[in-house]
Amino acid sequence: MEFTILAFLVQDGVTNGAIYALLGLALVLVFAVTRVIFIPQGEFVAYGALTLAFLDVGRMPGTAMLLVVFGIAAFLFDLVETRLRPGLPALARSAAINLVLPFAIYTAALFIVPTEPNAFVKALLTIVIVAPMGLYVYRIAYRPLSDATVLVLLITSVGVHLAMMGLGLAFFGAEGFRARPLTAGSFSVGFMPVAAQAVWIYGVTIAAMVGLYFFFEKTLLGKALRATAVNRLGARLVGVRTQLTGGTAFVLAATIGAVSGVLIAPITTVYYDTGFLIGLKGFVAAIIAGLSSFPVTALAAIGVGLVEALASFYASNFKEIIVFTLIIPVLIWRSLTTDHHEDD
Amino acid sequence: MALDRRLIGFVGIAVVAAVPFLPIPPFWITLLNNIGLASLVAIGLVLLTGVGGMTSFGQAALVGFGAYTTAVLTTAYGFSPWATLPLSLLAGALVALPLGLITVRLSGHFLPLGTIAWGLALYYLFGQIQLFGRYDGITAIPPLELAGHRFFSSGSIYYVIWGCVIAVAIGARNLLDSRVGRSLRALRGGTQAAEAFGVDIVRAKLTVFVLAGVLAALSGWLYAHMQRSVNPTPFGLNMGIEYLLMAVVGGAGHVWGAIFGASLVLILKDLLQRFLPDLVGITGNFEMIVFGILLVAILQFSRDGLWPLILRALPARKRRPLPKADGALGRRKLAPEGTTLVKLEAARKTFGGLVAVNDVSFDVKAGQIVGLIGPNGAGKSTTFNLITAISPLSGGKVIFGDATASAKSPREVARHGIARTFQHAKVLPEMTVLENVALGAHLRGRSGVVRSVLRLDRAEEAILLAEAETQIARVGLADYRDRPAGDLALGQIRILEIARALSLDPALLLLDEPAAGLRHGEKQELAELLKKLRAEGVGVLLVEHDMSFVMGLVDHLVVLDFGTKIAEGNPAEVRRHPAVVSAYLGGVS
Repeated sequence: MEFTILAFLVQDGVTNGAIYALLGLALVLVFAVTRVIFIPQGEFVAYGALTLAFLDVGRMPGTAMLLVVFGIAAFLFDLVETRLRPGLPALARSAAINLVLPFAIYTAALFIVPTEPNAFVKALLTIVIVAPMGLYVYRIAYRPLSDATVLVLLITSVGVHLAMMGLGLAFFGAEGFRARPLTAGSFSVGFMPVAAQAVWIYGVTIAAMVGLYFFFEKTLLGKALRATAVNRLGARLVGVRTQLTGGTAFVLAATIGAVSGVLIAPITTVYYDTGFLIGLKGFVAAIIAGLSSFPVTALAAIGVGLVEALASFYASNFKEIIVFTLIIPVLIWRSLTTDHHEDD
Repeated sequence: MALDRRLIGFVGIAVVAAVPFLPIPPFWITLLNNIGLASLVAIGLVLLTGVGGMTSFGQAALVGFGAYTTAVLTTAYGFSPWATLPLSLLAGALVALPLGLITVRLSGHFLPLGTIAWGLALYYLFGQIQLFGRYDGITAIPPLELAGHRFFSSGSIYYVIWGCVIAVAIGARNLLDSRVGRSLRALRGGTQAAEAFGVDIVRAKLTVFVLAGVLAALSGWLYAHMQRSVNPTPFGLNMGIEYLLMAVVGGAGHVWGAIFGASLVLILKDLLQRFLPDLVGITGNFEMIVFGILLVAILQFSRDGLWPLILRALPARKRRPLPKADGALGRRKLAPEGTTLVKLEAARKTFGGLVAVNDVSFDVKAGQIVGLIGPNGAGKSTTFNLITAISPLSGGKVIFGDATASAKSPREVARHGIARTFQHAKVLPEMTVLENVALGAHLRGRSGVVRSVLRLDRAEEAILLAEAETQIARVGLADYRDRPAGDLALGQIRILEIARALSLDPALLLLDEPAAGLRHGEKQELAELLKKLRAEGVGVLLVEHDMSFVMGLVDHLVVLDFGTKIAEGNPAEVRRHPAVVSAYLGGVS
């Protein structure tokens, strides 16, 4: 009996850990490329989960409209910036990315939503709606501050988190939702039933890690991102457009967030503010890995998931306290081992 | 000028005192009370973030400790509210101390992340403790009482709250304008310079951390007796973020800005909570959307907050006449000429396999100017860092005076009476020339936090400032005394660093490329000054590239090349030394 409980807890922990791993990967990615500690990562998870839940019941998700609003704001930022040297090609490109794209997605959603599509189309639509937000958030909040210190960028992140959480409340309300699983049912491994959704989670996490590996090792854009991560100025000097790499990193992060949202929506009830806590747990993992190593992040995330699962069984009231206290010795260890030089 | 800032201050206080008598709706008073409570926390954050450079999102949890301490003691143990005031403040300090011990060791961005972590953990903890009534909290907390008058109404506790706010604001301003204050303000501009003049960095950081914790606890204590009930909600992370927003809006370096920021944020919150739900159609805390955007916008467009914009509209502060100093600082009794001040014995520094400094030995005597020269990459700066204990020795010794062991930290070096300048000048650009130089005299004063807050340090402060002014005049920067150091040209900043070093009353002066960036006339004046110091019996060690400057000035030269001492002697000898000629001009091997 004791063993059965433990097996369930471990399964639970690994499932949650896989999600934290996905988010941890996104956080490491964004930090490495842009030096932004991306606290709003969790909001993309909530947006993804709630968008899917709305699509499930045939309602138009508020995020589609939000995407259009973000796009317009990003276009205005571009407009203000290019006013000094107006060029038609730049303007056309900005309009295509910031106005045409979100509007096209909105229109597509308008047509797709009433047709009650199957689970995969809904999942895909969710990701298509949420992922471009990464680009606009970067454009609006972070790009104007790309020369700021890590600390200022962190405070900016807290601001973006507040705003996005509030927008989530405005568009989805305070109620919690749960979506239908991608494929229903479960099968058993030995004595233990495993939900099909859990298998999706493991599969996607592994696929994302392999995908990121190939992206960074085999593609030019991936290498440009790595170059930006190692030395921003150096990368610029050899012709890498760091704004492009920054935008790419944020789109990837938003995509990962949306995917995580799609994956967890069927296994837990998601509220507008659920994403924040989930994202912070991804953080604990990313910080254990020093915000730099992908494999260590993934391992640490599984560890966080397991600690959380065990804590929720043995000391359920103190679950959050234990998980967040966990980070403090890690931070101390990181501070002592990270060689930091005084900025001149 | 008829309108000076002091007058505006008095008018402000009079207005605050008159508010409850004005015919205004009672919820305005409640709002003002909340602003006062938040201001206390925000002033703590100004000290912590704006002055100390440490960003905390966890202050709300410390407010909680202040509130819960009095709530538990007054309801469960029958304490009178006033008796719990010191206990609440003590609780704030006792919680802040271990948190600070952990947190101040965190570097860079790890620090605010750490505060988010413990901010969240403590919030959940409040909700789990039986004694704290879990998530329901504690109710029926008694009101404050004074001579039979019970502070039930929001109009009466208003005076208690705003009395505290004004006293705290004035105390904080006093603190910042003092010897301790200078050391705290130095934290943000990089700690190397402050440490080189004897400031204990960890202690200074802990000091602001605990002060901010005590102010948060004071706010919590007042809150508990105003609201007369507590529960975990106002002590969560969202509130912690809101406090930081207030400090950022106000402009994190300004005490009055904190009150301004708290007012702006809470008035805005009140308006948004009233009108936004109608706009959106459902109820909820939609003000967070606006707050989030506001925070990002301020960082993008006015990173120093809004208060500096207001300060610009106020009449400029008058050039402050220095207080009359009653007495002067005692001077160090300099060692007789020829006494060894610092002795390097086979000093060695390796980075992995690279030997940057290879068993270098030489010494500097009182009344002697020694030059340390060598081509680029010779190891001059590394040697300098070994002497000043910025980087630890890999082997050998650096002995100061009659000490028996090498110094462990720059602070210890300073206590030996050794002052230095930096190759890349490290001054605090927002502080005035006078304050920067006075930082050099840090070790020659004694006053601590309490004396500074209560202005009992004025006699000593006047003497310290007089000393700083003397040194400023000595190096010829008198006209710039009250200008921010950031306004100065590079050459002037180097001179400023020398004045700061002189304020330590040094027995030995270590100068890292002092002539770089100086004009010809300035170089001559610097040479004259160094000669005068030599005549007084001070020892000088200088690393310098400018050969004409060095050759005409020094008594003794040490030449390094590839980390090894290749020659030593008086300038004429060294100039003829074959190894030196070959190192500088290239030789036939």
